[in-house]
Formats: sequence, C-alpha cells, structure tokens
Amino acid sequence: MEQKTKVNAEDGKQEILITREFELPLALLFKAYVEPEIVEQWMGTKVLKLESKKHGSYQFETTDTKGNKYGFNGVIHEFKPNQKIIRTFEMENMPFGVQLEVLEFEELTEDSSKLQKKVIYESVSHRDENLKLPFVQGINIAHNRLQEITRKFKIATYDNDKEK
Amino acid sequence: MKLRRDVFQAIADPTRRTIITLVALQAMTPTAIAENFDSSRQTISKHIQILTECEILEQEQKGREIYYQLNPKGMKEIAEFIDPFRKMWDDRFNRLEAVMKKHQSKK
Repeated sequence: MEQKTKVNAEDGKQEILITREFELPLALLFKAYVEPEIVEQWMGTKVLKLESKKHGSYQFETTDTKGNKYGFNGVIHEFKPNQKIIRTFEMENMPFGVQLEVLEFEELTEDSSKLQKKVIYESVSHRDENLKLPFVQGINIAHNRLQEITRKFKIATYDNDKEK
Repeated sequence: MKLRRDVFQAIADPTRRTIITLVALQAMTPTAIAENFDSSRQTISKHIQILTECEILEQEQKGREIYYQLNPKGMKEIAEFIDPFRKMWDDRFNRLEAVMKKHQSKK
C-alpha cells in the first residue's frame, strides 16, 4: 500500500517536514490532537496531562512490553483551534534534546484535511539521531530476536547434553 | 565480521557530502576531486577512503588512472534509512484516521 505520509528531511538542515492528507473533516483531525482519550488511542500512550491552550503543557507516558515506562512532555506556545499548534516535545532522560513542533491544520474539502508538521531540532546531529531512531530500533528488534533464537538454541543443546 | 564504518557518520561531514555531489555528476580521479577543495590532497584522500569503506563510492580502473564513482548499493542504503521513520508516522496517522472515522460514525 502506498504511504500517505511524506517526510522531507533536507541534507544538513536541522528540521524535518511531515505532511499528510486525511480523509477526515478538519474539525475531526484537530480534535485528535486535543481530546486526551483520543490522543491515547492513536498515539498508543497514556496521557497524564494535556492542557490544550496557550502556555498549557502536556505529559505522556508510554509503557513497553517489558513494563519499562518512558516519559514525554512539552509546553504549548500557540493554540488556534482548527488552525495551528506550536509546542515543544521532549523525551525524558534521553539524549535527543528538545524539539519545537509547528503543526498546521488545513481544510481541503468538507471531508478531507491536511496536516503539516514541521519539527525543528537543536542541531543537525540531533535531527539525524531522531530520524535514525526508528531505523536503529528496527535493527535492535531484529538483533534481539536473533539473540532470543540463539539463546533458545543454546538452552536446547544444553538440555540435550544433560540427557546424555 | 568485517568492521564497517557508519554510513550516516560518513555523510554527516560537509566535505564528504560535496565529494558525493561531485562524483554523482561524473566519475573522477582523486586528483580531479581534490582540485575542488582548499584542503590538502591527503585530507581529501582520507575522505575518499572513508566513503569507499562505507560503500558509498567505488573504484574503477581506467588505463593507468583510478576513477571514483557512486556505488548504487551504498546510496540505496542512505535513501532508505529514513523509511522506518516515515513508516512509523504513516502507521500512527493511519491509526488516527481509523480512530476518528469510528468516532465520527458513533455520533
């Protein structure tokens, strides 16, 4: 299936641009960013706090399959319903820095809308680290699976040895 | 296992990025590449060596001269490293769309 989301990361710049068109009326798209219980559903995170207003702040917490908790937080700098949100985003206890996010919501037709999300990082290397993150995680997951398989294999041979 | 340098570290350097752009247009000898920079020939050779180790550049012997050109394999890896990031957001936004469509029909 064709990916509807476009990511533009120009070489040597400290920003990225994510654009996506939704088959949703503008008001519904914006609501997905405002209502805590809706944010929880699509972001797959727990919303501890979400004050959708100028100078408000938010706090999310995600738990992985092993029960480890990861915190995210930020401050809202601008909040214009159905138009624009400017906010910061930070992963707690991680060396990825604070990023500034400019989200622009636009109506295309009555039933479709567009989101443009510009993310500005502290430096080019911060941006590249963030961009590489899912790539690196993918490699780690593959690596962990491999370790898991080899571990099982070792245990199996160990058991065989014992039986001899 | 062969120890290979980090491809992304290789392209993080501005000189190396310029070398990639130059060689992208045509295969070049190390001397021709070095002529585009103020740095010493040795410095540029080192950059070329790193890019070759990362399989971004490849050598081709033409007569007595060695020419460098882009290695499609290494370049493909660079082009694709952003894909998992894009996929992560595409999955997330697909979920957003699905959640909101359900939300809409409930009303």
